[in-house]
Amino acid sequence: MHQYVRADDVHPPLDSPEYKSTGLRHPTQAPIVVPQRLTEVTGPLLHGTIGPNDHDLTRQHAGEPQGQRIVVTGRVLDSDGRPVPDTLVEVWQANAAGRYAHVNDTWAAPLDPNFTGGGRVLTNSLGEYSFTTIKPGAYPWGNHHNAWRPAHIHFSLFGQAFTQRLVTQMYFPDDPLFAFDPIYRSAPEKARERMVSAFDMDATQPAWALAFRWDIVLRGRDQTPFEEPHA
Amino acid sequence: MPELTPSQTVGPYLRIGLDWADGPDVVPSGGVTIGGTVYDGAGAPITDAMVETWQADPQGRFPHPLSGGTDFRGFGRSCTDGTGRWEVHTLLPGALPGEAPHLDVSVFARGLLDRVVTRIYLPEPGDDPVLAAVPQERRHTLIAERVSETEYRFDIHLQGAQETVFFDF
Ligand SMILES: [Fe+2]
Repeated sequence: MHQYVRADDVHPPLDSPEYKSTGLRHPTQAPIVVPQRLTEVTGPLLHGTIGPNDHDLTRQHAGEPQGQRIVVTGRVLDSDGRPVPDTLVEVWQANAAGRYAHVNDTWAAPLDPNFTGGGRVLTNSLGEYSFTTIKPGAYPWGNHHNAWRPAHIHFSLFGQAFTQRLVTQMYFPDDPLFAFDPIYRSAPEKARERMVSAFDMDATQPAWALAFRWDIVLRGRDQTPFEEPHA
Repeated sequence: MPELTPSQTVGPYLRIGLDWADGPDVVPSGGVTIGGTVYDGAGAPITDAMVETWQADPQGRFPHPLSGGTDFRGFGRSCTDGTGRWEVHTLLPGALPGEAPHLDVSVFARGLLDRVVTRIYLPEPGDDPVLAAVPQERRHTLIAERVSETEYRFDIHLQGAQETVFFDF
């Protein structure tokens, strides 16, 4: 059975004290390292659940949402450089004012009756995805005094195996809030910029939308066989 | 070669993007309910978590090219409710070659910067190489409790004295 590469030194530590909610939610026992078997190298290949406006978050209501219209585009790859075709990409985000259309988000920014903020697309045969939305605003949160999240879009990816599953966030270039955000900074320093999209002039749509490009890289296949750790 | 993208938390508003009406319905009707409560280290239920399951059908087949064909969806997704409860409606998995019947589980939540992964086994699982890697005194955290013919309970403790065993596959 082939194995997917380990993701050491890529993901944030679950115990990240500067992000306070990790305090009671991170396991204190180390995870048990075991080889991948059939359940882990297979995974859900979900198709046929995409609605007509799921790829365009600006067209899900009677009117246009407020804000800067953008196209977000990129590829889903594995760490061998292989594109991941036909895989589900789910996104969710705040509106242009930084408010989520969620009952628990009650901060003093306006809701937008024309924006829900959820979308989904499948990658094409080259692993490419694209969706249209508005640029989300930054928003305050209760982690510490005057805490603000940099603008971001939440992404959920499946790949082709249980092992490749990933939920992450895409950020926008040069955000001055990066320096103060414990969630962005929870990732190892060398890996943080992989979460930041690039402005893409070529993908802009004249007189319509700006564009940002972001590739997502999932675990690829390992070249070395797994050895069971000796007890 | 491209470098791996780091994980980030789903945050508190995950339902906007991830809540599916049929998420819990691995099968649309019949079958069994497998569910429970997700708890934090203080024993409080977590109401903004999501539990996903991935499993074989009763004949041990996955809907995936590496396995025999099956129409079974195999995948379940449940956002926890106001009491921290999750549940999926499914068929009991069959055994795999060399492995006891099980479901793979991912847990996501606000405050979890990466998913945590565990397995659900059925009562009296028998020999299994993944269970065998777990210290005897913690194995019980991986075994669902049979409530009735059609209901199994599996609570998830992210932290604390009853902490669920998590795996790094
Ligand atoms: Fe967010």
